[in-house]
Amino acid sequence: MKILVTAKRVTDPDARIRLKADLSGIDSEGVEFKLNPFCENAIEEAVRLKDAHGADVVVVGIGTAENDAEIRRAMAMGCDSGIRVEGTDDQLDSDLVARILAKLVEQEQPDLVLLGKQAVDGDSNQVAQLLAAYLGYPQAVFVSHPEGSTGMTSGKPGLTVTGGKLQAMREVDGGAEVVEVDMPAVISADLRLNEPRLPKLPMIMKAKRKPLKAMTMADLGIDPALKVKTIAYHNPPVRAAGIKVADVDQLLDKLANEAKVI
Amino acid sequence: MGNTLVFVEHRDGEFKKATLSAVTFARQVADKTGAAYDMVVVGEGLSNVTAEAAKYGAAKVYVVDAPALKDYTDMTWAAAVAAVAKQSGASVVAGAATTAGKGLLPRVAALLDAGMASDIVGFGDKGASLSFLRPMWAGNVIGEVEITSAVQVASVRGTDFDAAEPTGDASPVEAVTVTLGNPTQRLVSFKATVSSRPEMTEASVVIAGGRGVKSKENFKLIEDLADVLGGAIGASRAAVDAEFVENDYQIGQTGKVIAPDLYIGAGISGAIQHLAGMKNSKVIVAINKDEEAPIFDVADYGLVADLFKVLPELTEKLKARKG
Ligand SMILES: Cc1cc2nc3c(=O)[nH]c(=O)nc-3n(C[C@H](O)[C@H](O)[C@H](O)COP(=O)(O)OP(=O)(O)OC[C@H]3O[C@@H](n4cnc5c(N)ncnc54)[C@H](O)[C@@H]3O)c2cc1C
Ligand SMILES: Nc1ncnc2c1ncn2[C@@H]1O[C@H](COP(=O)(O)O)[C@@H](O)[C@H]1O
Repeated sequence: MKILVTAKRVTDPDARIRLKADLSGIDSEGVEFKLNPFCENAIEEAVRLKDAHGADVVVVGIGTAENDAEIRRAMAMGCDSGIRVEGTDDQLDSDLVARILAKLVEQEQPDLVLLGKQAVDGDSNQVAQLLAAYLGYPQAVFVSHPEGSTGMTSGKPGLTVTGGKLQAMREVDGGAEVVEVDMPAVISADLRLNEPRLPKLPMIMKAKRKPLKAMTMADLGIDPALKVKTIAYHNPPVRAAGIKVADVDQLLDKLANEAKVI
Repeated sequence: MGNTLVFVEHRDGEFKKATLSAVTFARQVADKTGAAYDMVVVGEGLSNVTAEAAKYGAAKVYVVDAPALKDYTDMTWAAAVAAVAKQSGASVVAGAATTAGKGLLPRVAALLDAGMASDIVGFGDKGASLSFLRPMWAGNVIGEVEITSAVQVASVRGTDFDAAEPTGDASPVEAVTVTLGNPTQRLVSFKATVSSRPEMTEASVVIAGGRGVKSKENFKLIEDLADVLGGAIGASRAAVDAEFVENDYQIGQTGKVIAPDLYIGAGISGAIQHLAGMKNSKVIVAINKDEEAPIFDVADYGLVADLFKVLPELTEKLKARKG
């Protein structure tokens, strides 16, 4: 089996992101950059599938040279080789990322493409679905481990692969569903798919020697035109400061007489 | 400019109210562009849901009714919606930002060579004609985006577009046939979350519990308070991960986004990703024994206390008040 998986570089998910004073973009001063948490789940799943069935796992990041750090981390988790396609975040939208990945799928011919459900910077939640449609592939998006938290920590894949078909559990509104897709297919990982491993030192050392290929959109023959442009950034509305109440009686009094919600 | 096409969400013929926020969005687009809006219903055995959809002022309700579409799959339903969009010459395709909307609308966008904006919360004023506001970075930034393709696709947040009211007229209905290839994506099973309480996204009161609640059994404290207020229950990711409640109850960046009149969070620290899902609630109450917990930064009323002591007290006193 061959698997293509992604490693996007994003701002630290726990950092409180603020805009620059002139609203031209985010103030990344002092903000760390990391592997997108959802990509981490996708990578962990790819490696679990490799452990269970044997697979060649290729990890892709579309970003600047700094993105090599996240690609190397994915290789330290167990991916076999890496590809980085050059591009800055403001040169990309979900559609262009999907078109780049579609081109790489044509070249690499994987049986599965594993992505994160969303990137925690743009929060678009589109690339996996766009990619599946561009390729004419079926999709299983927002997948989690069918065995819950025990499954997440078990080291076993949450995706069941048998005879060219894949079954997955998806978290959907109103419940959970199991879908079956024929391979090749596109999968997007939710956070409850697994608990990503921490790469150990020998793997980190080994990852440094794994092949990492750099490419440009021009190499792939891709039209870099964007369909979605961010034309301005705004601050979200601020909430007026609240108060601390002393006890349940005061809380009830405030809710009844001030907020008038009970 | 062509019409806006609204995707009608339903499960087995039961109309989903979330659709009505997309209708409101379509009405607002209509006010700006002068074009009308249509709706599209996909599935099998659709007379009830079609009749319901026809109450909301669409110029036309398109229906794609076929056995192959009985079960929702992103792949087949997206193909049907895209086919109707092409045939009707739609300029905008919109749906609610539910898990179905999120699964299907980007596929529709790719099939129409359209750009898509996710989770729209309003319109901007910087763009030439239509521009959209959408939260980024877990809601810490609002981006204003413009779509440059001929067709535009949008998913719409229910918290920011009120449910549309019926118009009193019935829209004309038109059946559409689409050709679908061999299905390569199939629904195997669906396990519904069973609850007698209102749905979190539609409730005016939501009581949410976090890791501080400590166990599935203790979650009864949250449920009891919800019941006395006629509210819904919700949870943090930590509470869902620990299996106190099902994934359906998760509030936040990767869960549901809610804006009830009253949100009460107990044993929830208030991580950025949780706040992303509830900080637009009208009144926020936080109960946490740690006075430094970040949830107090957004709470109108904070109570620094042990939830095991104050939740039962709150429930009892509310019961007494109601008589
Ligand atoms: C990419 C990403 C996406 C995420 N998406 C979401 C999301 O959608 N929703 C979400 O909620 N989280 C999300 N998270 C997780 C988030 O970062 C936090 O880990 C999570 O919200 C913490 O849940 P919690 O507040 O219940 O637990 P904790 O942070 O552990 O807080 C428990 C709180 O309970 C209090 N407490 C303990 N005992 C008591 C007591 N007896 N009485 C009163 N108070 C008590 C403690 O003081 C503490 O503040 C996401 C994280 C990532 C990285
Ligand atoms: N620049 C990128 N490089 C690699 N993968 C990406 C990139 N952008 C998005 N992705 C993948 O697409 C998923 C969804 O992204 P989005 O639609 O932007 O929220 C992410 O979780 C990644 O798996």
